[in-house]
Formats: sequence, C-alpha cells, structure tokens
Amino acid sequence: MCNQSVGLIQRAVEASGISTVSITLIEDITKKVKPPRALSVPYGFGHPLGEPNNPELQHAIIAEALVLLADETPLPILKSSRQHDLLT
Amino acid sequence: MAPLRKLDAFSRFFMKLYRGKHYEVTPHTPLRLPLNRCRVALITTAGFFLDGQPPFEGGDCSYREIPNGIQTQALINGHKSAAYDERGLETDPNLAFPIDRFKELETEGKIGSLNHRHFSFMGSITKPDALITQSAPEVGQILKTDGVDVAFLTPV
Repeated sequence: MCNQSVGLIQRAVEASGISTVSITLIEDITKKVKPPRALSVPYGFGHPLGEPNNPELQHAIIAEALVLLADETPLPILKSSRQHDLLT
Repeated sequence: MAPLRKLDAFSRFFMKLYRGKHYEVTPHTPLRLPLNRCRVALITTAGFFLDGQPPFEGGDCSYREIPNGIQTQALINGHKSAAYDERGLETDPNLAFPIDRFKELETEGKIGSLNHRHFSFMGSITKPDALITQSAPEVGQILKTDGVDVAFLTPV
C-alpha cells in the first residue's frame, strides 16, 4: 500500500507546482496511479534504497531517480533501475 | 543486516489483486531550474516520527514534519508491519528517508539546497480519501510556500 500512498502524495505535490520523482517497489501499482516520474527498483518492502549502511548503492539509486526530473519523455515516466540487471 | 531480496511471491500476488486507485492523466510541473539550483524536500511513507510527536495509527492519513536539522538516529519507526523486515530501516533510516545522502548531495553542490523541513506519512493506507483530498495537497501547498522546486519520495 505504501507504493500507492507515495504515488497519491506525489500526484498532489506535483499538482501544487513542484517537480517530483519517486522510488517504487511495485510497478503494477505505479502503472495504475500514474505519478509523474518513478524509478522501479528490484528490492523487497522496507528496502527502497537497496541496503542499510550502503551509501554508495543509495547514491546510485538516488542519482538514477534524479535524472528522470530532466527527462522530456511524455509523462508518466516509469523507469526500471539498472540495479535490476546487476542483481540477476 | 537484511540482505537484498526481491518482493516475495505472496506480496506480489496480493498487489496484483488489490483494487487500488486508477488514474488516466498525470499532473505535470516541468523542472524550471537545473538541479544544482533547486531546493529539495523529502517525503517518505515509512511512518517515521520524532519524540514528542503523536505516533501514527493504522490507516492514518496524517503527516509529521521532520526538520532538516535532525539526526537520523532520532527518527522513530512508526510503520511496524508483518509485510517486511524493518531491521534495515532501524539500522539506517536513510534506506527509506535518505536525508544524509541528500545532505551529501547538497555539500557536493549537486542540488541547490535542502528545504528546512521534510514530511513523513504512513504507508499502509487502504482508504486514502483523506490523503488525496486533504493531507497530501496540504503538504504540497506547504512545500510550495517554502519555495521548494523538487520533492523526492520514497515508499517503504
């Protein structure tokens, strides 16, 4: 449900005139809620930025998400993180 | 330390069946400035709150204001759930509220600045009407008044 809540909050904040980007753990939910920009990551609940005490990984995920803010592809943007490939 | 793990099969199955909100159109605020000139705020649905603030209740659509100056150790995890292992979050709240990471980005000049406050919501909201009509737009207005350009959101 968290992923739906994030999408709903994100929609409202973007509608207030702020550019937004989010992390999602569940693409199926994000496809329905259609927040403006989301990065899909391959982790379980409780781990949206991968691993605790792993600043390098957390920065890599944040950087991938922030890039979406300047992406001029029509919204909504739902991008799969490159961490999906690195995990398999 | 919780290892990386993909979403378990039961959770995936449940999420596929869950009849949530469904929208056709997406709001759009284009980025007006380069990121290194933007003021950034964080929003999490990890249910973090601080000592002295009311804890979250189940299905709670309210929010808590998190000052930018806090130490991450001060964040209390209010989102106990059988759906996930919260040990990672308790060890390192940056996992779902990356305030230290964004302070590093600010120091490196990769973002303009961090807003003086951020916001925390509960995640497990099955009846989100008050979230949609009231609390989320309220936070949007507060951040707009603060002069925030970008919001970064994380689920749990």
